[in-house]
Amino acid sequence: MSETYTLSFNIKAMDFSAAGEASSTIKKVLMHLGMPPSVIKRAAVCSYESEMNIVIHSYGGTLTLSIDSSQVIINAIDIGPGIPDIEKAMEAGYSTAPEEIKEMGFGGGMGLPNIRDNADILEITSSSAGTNVKIVINIGG
Amino acid sequence: MKVSEIANTLNLKLLSGAGGLDKEVNDVYICDLLSFVMSHASENSLWITVQTHINIVAIAVLIGISCIVIPESISVDEDTLLRAEKESIPIFTTPYTAYQLACRLRELGI
Repeated sequence: MSETYTLSFNIKAMDFSAAGEASSTIKKVLMHLGMPPSVIKRAAVCSYESEMNIVIHSYGGTLTLSIDSSQVIINAIDIGPGIPDIEKAMEAGYSTAPEEIKEMGFGGGMGLPNIRDNADILEITSSSAGTNVKIVINIGG
Repeated sequence: MKVSEIANTLNLKLLSGAGGLDKEVNDVYICDLLSFVMSHASENSLWITVQTHINIVAIAVLIGISCIVIPESISVDEDTLLRAEKESIPIFTTPYTAYQLACRLRELGI
């Protein structure tokens, strides 16, 4: 695989009925391409948490999967309102999710920490105009 | 042990996802915090949770959970059952509490 394969999904804010579908498709694509199980598992965690972050915390956005010969890259880009304190958001257990979302089992403050633990590279930029999360998983390890 | 064998032995009631009854179960995971399940549950687990909304099916697909069991006869959302049917993730209900069910699963050697 020398060319980059790309697949994008629109993610709607607060659409819990579709939540997880993009990540499920990403997992199926990676399995179809014969990726190592550890890469599939890590990409599944990262894409799911990114997708749920867009659903719960943003006004909507896109989740994009890019694959080349050495890396799986997941870009989660939303249109705001941004993360006020990225450092705090990276702390396990810190959550700004509303109570009714927490009752559904979301918003445990583990999303970004889970992504950090499963990514080889994690880059987050955020402003009131939106958040851009770039996750890189090396296929070779 | 297969999902169907566990269900028959413990008299679990199948609500949806019959296409996955032949899957193997090697482990049990009990948790209702979805991100925690996502990062800690292992493939081929039987998952016990009181969450019943559609997202539990996505989690099961992503991790490779073999089946979901809802304890204490909690009713399950219709759209959850439709998605489970489509993805062949068996969802069961039981009057047991999560603890009682875990004890019975232990007796089965899981």
